[in-house]
Amino acid sequence: MQHDEVIWQVIRHNHCSYMAKITAGIFCRNEYNVTGICNRSSCPLANSRYATICDHDGVFYLYMKSIERAHMPNKLWERLKLPKNYEKALEIIDKHLMYWPKFLVHKTKQRLTKMTQMRIRMRKLALKTREKIMTTPRKEKKREARREEKAEKAAVLEKSIEKELLERLRKGVYGDIYNYPVKEYEKVLEMDSLQAANEDEEEEPEIEYVEGYDELEEELEDDIEDFGGLAINRVHATSDNGEDEDGDEDEDGDAEADRKRGRKESSLALRNVEKGDAVSKPKKRAKVLVEVERENADERQAAVH
Amino acid sequence: MGWKRKSDDAEGEDGFGGDGDGHKRRRKAAAPAAPETKEKREILPSTIKNKERRSAVHAKLKQQKKLEKRKKLKERDAAEKRALELGEEPAPKKIPRTIENTRELDETVCRPDDEELFAGNDCDEFSSILKRERAPKILLTTCRFNSTRGPAFISELLEVIPNSQYFRRGTYDLKKIVEYANHKEFTSVVVVHTNRREPDALLIIGLPDGPTAHFKLSKLVLRKDIKNHGNPTSHEPELVLTNFTTRLGHRVGRLIQSLFPQEPNFRGRRVVTFHNQRDFIFFRHHRYIFDSKESKRTDSKDKKMKNDEGEKVPQEKVIARLQECGPRFTLKLVSLQHGTFDTKGGEYEWVHKPEMDTSRRRFFL
Repeated sequence: MQHDEVIWQVIRHNHCSYMAKITAGIFCRNEYNVTGICNRSSCPLANSRYATICDHDGVFYLYMKSIERAHMPNKLWERLKLPKNYEKALEIIDKHLMYWPKFLVHKTKQRLTKMTQMRIRMRKLALKTREKIMTTPRKEKKREARREEKAEKAAVLEKSIEKELLERLRKGVYGDIYNYPVKEYEKVLEMDSLQAANEDEEEEPEIEYVEGYDELEEELEDDIEDFGGLAINRVHATSDNGEDEDGDEDEDGDAEADRKRGRKESSLALRNVEKGDAVSKPKKRAKVLVEVERENADERQAAVH
Repeated sequence: MGWKRKSDDAEGEDGFGGDGDGHKRRRKAAAPAAPETKEKREILPSTIKNKERRSAVHAKLKQQKKLEKRKKLKERDAAEKRALELGEEPAPKKIPRTIENTRELDETVCRPDDEELFAGNDCDEFSSILKRERAPKILLTTCRFNSTRGPAFISELLEVIPNSQYFRRGTYDLKKIVEYANHKEFTSVVVVHTNRREPDALLIIGLPDGPTAHFKLSKLVLRKDIKNHGNPTSHEPELVLTNFTTRLGHRVGRLIQSLFPQEPNFRGRRVVTFHNQRDFIFFRHHRYIFDSKESKRTDSKDKKMKNDEGEKVPQEKVIARLQECGPRFTLKLVSLQHGTFDTKGGEYEWVHKPEMDTSRRRFFL
C-alpha cells in the first residue's frame, strides 16, 4: 500500500537524506528529482507516479515510475531513450505522459529544454581550449620561496654587474667612448704588482729615479707601457735572454736617449732583480752600450724574419 | 655494541690511550674511567626519548658549537692582526664552503672548446637572429584574466625590450596567436600569465617554430616601487647573461638573447641583466656610469711603494655606478618545449619535476 502523504510527512518533518538546506532555499539531491527543489510535488519518494529526464553520456532518457510497480523497487523505474532532436523528444514526452498531471509534464519538458541547452554549451566549450588549474602543494611553494631568498643573497647582483661592466671596459668592448686611459690604468696596476713583488734591494735604482722623478713621470707612463709589455713578454719568452725586450724598448725613439737610459737602467735593474742576478752600476752602464749595439743587430734580425 | 664503538672512536679521536698503536684490546683496557665521562658527553640527542630532555641537550650542544666557532673566529682575527702588525704576510684566507662550490658535478656543463656546442648553436632556432640576419620583433600579450599589476608590468616590459608591441588578448587561443604572429613576421611572443590578480608566469615562444619556455615569475617590483629609480632611455640596451653553465642553461640564455637586438648602443649606458643563481634567473635593468675614484691606501703594503719623499701615492680606481630603473623580477624555468606552444602534443626538452628538488646541490641551468 502506498501512502504518499505518510511518506511525505515522515520525510519532511523528520529527516530526509537527500534534503540540502542552503541559504538560497531547500534543495533535493535525489538524482530522480525533476526540479531539484524539495517540494511535496517534486519529491520522487513521496510521489508514486513520477517522471524525470536523466542524461547518460550525452543521451537523454525519460524515466517513469508508476504505482503498479511500487512493490518492486527493482523494476520501479521505466527507462525510455529520447532522440537527440529536441522537437521529436518533446513529442515523445507528450505521447508517453499523455494523461499524467500537468505539473509533471510541464516540469519534465522544462528539464529537457535545460538539459539540451547545457549539452550544446558543453560541446562548444569542449572545442575551445580551457586553462587547467594546476595546484602546487604548499610545502613546495614555501620551499621555493626560501631558496629564492637565499639565492638572491648569494648572488650579490650589484657587485657582479659592476664587475662584469668593468671587465668589458678593460677588454675594450666600449672602444674609445670613455676616454678612459685603460692602458695606463693597467700599467699602474702592473707597476703596483711588480713593486709589491720586489724586495728592498731595489733601493739603488730607486735613488736614480728620485732625481728625475718629477720630469720623468709623464714619460714614465709611456715607457712603462713597454716595460709592462715587456714584463708580459718575458713571461712568455722561453729561451730568449733579454735581447728582444731590449730591442723593443729601444724602438721608441733614440732621441730621448738620456732619459731613456736612466729609465732603462732602472727597468733593467728591476728586471735583473727579478731574475735574481746581482746588480752593480758599472755593469749596468756597460750593458747599456751593449744594448745599443745589439739593437741594430736585432733590427736586422727582425728584418730578416 | 654501539656504545663500545663510540668509546673506541672517542679514544681514537683524542688519541686517548696515549699510545700510538692500534691494538684494540689495549685501547679498551687503557682508560676504564675515561669512557664513562666520554659517554656522557657523546650522547646523541636522537637517542633520548624524552622530548624536553632531548631538546635541552640539543640546545646545549648547539650553544657549545656556537661558542667554539666564535672562539675560532677570534683566534683567526687575532692571528691576522698580529701578522699585519709584525709586517709578515698573514695566513692565506681559507675559502668558505658555499653551495656553488659544492655543486653536484653536472656532465652537461658547457666547455669552452666544445665543437658540438658551436655546431648546435649554428643550426638552432636563434642563430638567424643572433647572427643579425633578422631583427627581433616581440609580441607581448597577457592571459585572459585581468590583473591588478599586469598592465603596469606590461608597459614597463615594453620599455625594456626594444621593438616590442602589445596586443590585447581577447579570447584568442594561443595557437591562433602564434599563427598570427608568424604571419606578421614576429620573432617571439611573450605572454604574461596572471594568477590571483598578480603576474605569475612568463611564456616565451620563439618563432617561427622556436622553443617555448615557461617561466615562473616571482618577486615583481615595479619601477615606481624602487627607491631612487632612474628612467630608461630608448637606446638599445646591453645584455649581461651570467652563470648559464649547462647546455640547458646555454639554450635558455640564447633564447633570452634573441629577444634583444644584437647591436647595443654603448652610449646609452643601459644594461639589462639576467643573472642565473641556483636555477633562479634574476632580472635587473640599470643605467650605469664609470667613475674614477681616488683611494689612498694605507696598508703596510703601501709602505714599499712610498717614495723617499715620504708621500703616499694616490691610487686611481675605476668603479661602475649603477642606477636601477625598470622592473625587477625573478624567473624560474618550469618547462622547455621543443616546438611552439602545444601542451598536448608537444615534445618537451625539459620539465621540472618535484623529485628534482631533493638534492640541495643540484642545479640544472
